[in-house]
Amino acid sequence: MRRLLYLLPFLLFIGVGIAFYLGFERDPRDIPSALIDKPAPTFDLPAIPGQMVQGQPATNGLSSAKLAGDVTLVNVFASWCIPCKAEHPVITRLSREQGVTVFGINYKDKPEDALTWLSRNGNPYAAIGADQDGRVSIDWGVYGVPESYLIDRKGRIRFKHVGPLTPQVVEEQILPMVKHLRQG
Amino acid sequence: MKRILLAALLALSAAASPPALAVQPDEVLPDPALETRARAISQELRCLVCQNQSIDDSNAPLARDLRLLVRDRLKAGDSDDKVMEYVTDRYGDYVLLRPPFKATTLVLWIGPFAVLLLGAAGTFLFLRGRRGVAAGADTAPLNADERRRLDALLRKDD
Repeated sequence: MRRLLYLLPFLLFIGVGIAFYLGFERDPRDIPSALIDKPAPTFDLPAIPGQMVQGQPATNGLSSAKLAGDVTLVNVFASWCIPCKAEHPVITRLSREQGVTVFGINYKDKPEDALTWLSRNGNPYAAIGADQDGRVSIDWGVYGVPESYLIDRKGRIRFKHVGPLTPQVVEEQILPMVKHLRQG
Repeated sequence: MKRILLAALLALSAAASPPALAVQPDEVLPDPALETRARAISQELRCLVCQNQSIDDSNAPLARDLRLLVRDRLKAGDSDDKVMEYVTDRYGDYVLLRPPFKATTLVLWIGPFAVLLLGAAGTFLFLRGRRGVAAGADTAPLNADERRRLDALLRKDD
């Protein structure tokens, strides 16, 4: 019994060591969102100035009112953001083939750059709001683009992904979550 | 000699120059009292891009946006706590460079003291155990043979 007591500090040390070692696996850039399960912030963003929708100048941007109703993905992107380009095909597939409505928040972008980028890469977004000073994105807790949020039918944020969406993230996290939220 | 002088001069100039500031002149509020409060608050807030700097130190664009936000909130009449709350509502406790004391951070705050206490208790028990050994079991009187050998050794020393 006494001998076991002497082992205690050693075992504690091993335990702490394992805890720290597992800590290495965590990505320090992946900050847990404070907004999970909370209603999406109230906002009303204008369209990107000069954006055309079906030959007409876009009148509506993106507002929180549009988020309720169906499960949607809100994607924060910018033309100057390299990983955004990388995730763009994944977003496009999500909206065109996998049946998820994707809204865009264009983060601190020059309108002409954003429009060139969209015409070059295609526009998979059902609506885009231009957040030129980044204030609305701060309300969303954005700290690095790209970021994506899953919004349930009641307009609550249920899931957040920081960094580019990959096919793997879509298959393993986004799509199962969408299915689950549509049922709920 | 010249080199030493030069080095001394360089060291002196480095010591005399103020640290580089991330806060840009156009951000500074005209009201010095508000500005002081804004500086104090932004020193408590973590920059989420370069995570080991406060937004007061960081040159990241997001840090600047947050500094401007803090100043806007202050201008709108928010108290310091309200401003902090505004930011933590959006970014969580993670933005606070000084973690708050609550259930989820209990280990963080109490942990080191608990370990220290545990160590102290362990040391105390160990030392008390040893003193017990020294004072107790080993003090049986010498038998005749041992006494003779001890006397012989002591005599040899003289």
